Amino acid sequence: MNEQKNRWGVSGGERYLPPTLARVGLCPPWRMGIWWFLGSEVVVFGGLIASYILYRFHHPEWGVEAAHTLSSIGAINTVVLLTSSLTMILAHHRVEGKELAGAIRFLGVTILLGCLFLGFKSYEYHHEIKNGFVPARSLFWSFYYLMTGLHALHVIGGQVANLVVWQGLRKGRSLHRIESVGIYWHFVDVVWIFLFPLLYLASSGGVR
Amino acid sequence: MRPITKNGLKRRQKLDHAKESFWRRYVFSVDHKMIGKQYLITGLLMTLVGGFLAFSFRHQLAWPGESVPLIGPIGPDQYNAFVTMHGTIMVFWVAMPILLSGFGNFLLPLMVGAPDMAFPRLNGMSYWVFFLSTVVLIASFFVPGGAASGGWTSYPPLSAEPGYTGVFWGGHLWILAVALEFTSMLMGGINFLTTTISMRAKGMSFFRLPIFVWMINIASLLFLFSVGPLIAGALMLLADRLLGTGFYLPASGGDPLLFQHLFWFFGHPEVYVLLLPSLGILAEIFPVFSRKPLFGYKAIIYSTIVAGILSFLVWAHHQFISGIDPRLAAPFSVTTILISVPFAIMLFAFIATLWRGSIQFSTGMLFALGMIAEFMVGGVTGIFNGSSAADIYLHDTYFVVAHFHFTLFPVTFLGAFAGIYYWFPKMVGRFLNETWGKVHFWVTTLSFNVVFLPMFVMGLAGHQRRIFDPTLFDYLQKHQYLHVIATIGMMVMFAGQIPFVINFVVSLFRGRRADRNPWSAATLEWVAPSPPGHGNFDTELRVVRGPYEYSLPGQQKDWLGQTE
Repeated sequence: MNEQKNRWGVSGGERYLPPTLARVGLCPPWRMGIWWFLGSEVVVFGGLIASYILYRFHHPEWGVEAAHTLSSIGAINTVVLLTSSLTMILAHHRVEGKELAGAIRFLGVTILLGCLFLGFKSYEYHHEIKNGFVPARSLFWSFYYLMTGLHALHVIGGQVANLVVWQGLRKGRSLHRIESVGIYWHFVDVVWIFLFPLLYLASSGGVR
Repeated sequence: MRPITKNGLKRRQKLDHAKESFWRRYVFSVDHKMIGKQYLITGLLMTLVGGFLAFSFRHQLAWPGESVPLIGPIGPDQYNAFVTMHGTIMVFWVAMPILLSGFGNFLLPLMVGAPDMAFPRLNGMSYWVFFLSTVVLIASFFVPGGAASGGWTSYPPLSAEPGYTGVFWGGHLWILAVALEFTSMLMGGINFLTTTISMRAKGMSFFRLPIFVWMINIASLLFLFSVGPLIAGALMLLADRLLGTGFYLPASGGDPLLFQHLFWFFGHPEVYVLLLPSLGILAEIFPVFSRKPLFGYKAIIYSTIVAGILSFLVWAHHQFISGIDPRLAAPFSVTTILISVPFAIMLFAFIATLWRGSIQFSTGMLFALGMIAEFMVGGVTGIFNGSSAADIYLHDTYFVVAHFHFTLFPVTFLGAFAGIYYWFPKMVGRFLNETWGKVHFWVTTLSFNVVFLPMFVMGLAGHQRRIFDPTLFDYLQKHQYLHVIATIGMMVMFAGQIPFVINFVVSLFRGRRADRNPWSAATLEWVAPSPPGHGNFDTELRVVRGPYEYSLPGQQKDWLGQTE
């Protein structure tokens, strides 16, 4: 007997859809996956930030070190990153409204702002290393480079994902992915919101 | 419906099992069952590596300075590297891939009634990342300076400063390998959780899930939320080694204790990441082979959740002698001893399941019973280590070695063997030979006691662990014979695995054929064909009852499947 079998290995003419795919409902797997992923990411940065804060209590002199970071560029970078989150939201909004052209434009702006952020960050690193503030100089700088470096790696990873999604939008494919990269991008943004005051601003009255 | 669903279907359409090439089907597979088997086989092979390392340093301890078969006499550097790598391999490359990824991948979609994992390609990728980590780890033996030798916990400053151990590349590769391994396990954990939540069959409510599925998910949650701090800690360690920072070096203002906190914040939940899947395997086996419903289904789930939460609050009991404030040691003692309560509830529920059941001593059941018995010893001796007063004496002695081997060996090996003997018919459609299985069980379990019971005695006598040559110490002379007994026991244990290996390979091709449900079990995986094809089920599933409906009154047969 040579019955026609469908992809689930079920014989018979009627196409059998596994019940599970039909009742994915409110939270499709990809959305849940990205949230679980971020849950684990939060504890990675959580571990670093908690270690930093605990050390910071014992090292009030870090305030003076922190005064050597380029707070003004850090502030500009904060604005750049927050704005990129705004354009990300707008891109998502355009996708939901089926205005692909607008979505492509806004996601493009997000990517450019991400590049701008990395550019400013590189300039900071360059400036600091030139002036002798290298990772091995003191624990503060060790934390500074490790935390901002890990954050920058996440930005780069996000940029790659953004580019893939941007390419997809231009071909009109996999539109839902804008939400995944959007959630991730906001996460990167939120981490920066913690890093900026901890590393740049909290100088405990240090002198400039 | 969003476009993903359509895309997902299209993607799945491509995955027709019969049409797949050899490479697609067996090597770069996206089928959860094949990936589970890959993890299982890799884990079993790594057991040989970890076991051989254990054999070589056990040989050294029993007969110091004598030439170890195959590798010749070993020096202190090698001894340290072997001890380190034995621990690393057994926990991260044997226990985790076998219990969590192997059984989890194979069983979880089958048990929840899903055609595959939520992210099949991510799943396939997770195995290959794991494989890469295995390659990196093995490679670390062959780089200049040898493999990492700072202990499996890799405590700084020993591990942070290559100068202390003379290990440079080995240490970097150790961190890299562990990082890759964790990445792979994170991918797996995300997959498990997502699959359970969004891919269950019709009617499969959360309280109709088999305990194994609950255990895998809680273990995944523990892993997901505990591994982050260790990743952060490992990054700092790597920076210390490579960039000259001083996170853990007191000379630079750092603190080695920080690593211990980060490590054990992960390390203790990790113990339960291994233990829970193993207990899940037992929870599946006991009802089937005693033909009784599982006692206290919800009690087991709730106590697992409680144990999971508590596991985050106990880590500092590993640091009772690390200069911890005694005022901090007391609460950590309390939480540590408290965590035995939920596990006691689970074990008593298992024992109550056996109570007045018609027990069939199949090999899987024997291993499950053996695991309970041996694990009890490990659990009870844990109380000694949990209370800080006793632990200050016992810390870093062979008592601790015996304790954690009495927990982790039954969990990893007896639990895994129970699962292998029980699910082998589902995995390959054939039975393992029961007689040889029983030989395997008795030799393994009895010789295991010969290896590790003497260590309690040695530990109480004050024998420190990680000593290269115990004959150098006068006060240890009279216990040297125990090392010899333990080592001989270990050789017997090794020999006892030969029947298993032969049985496994022979049964793979020539074993007795198994039909769909050879054990008359009620859970969903037995509804699928043996072995299941890609897409798993060939009938539409509608789950109408819980997973452990055995010996119901007024029924023709003594069990009812979840779909009947």
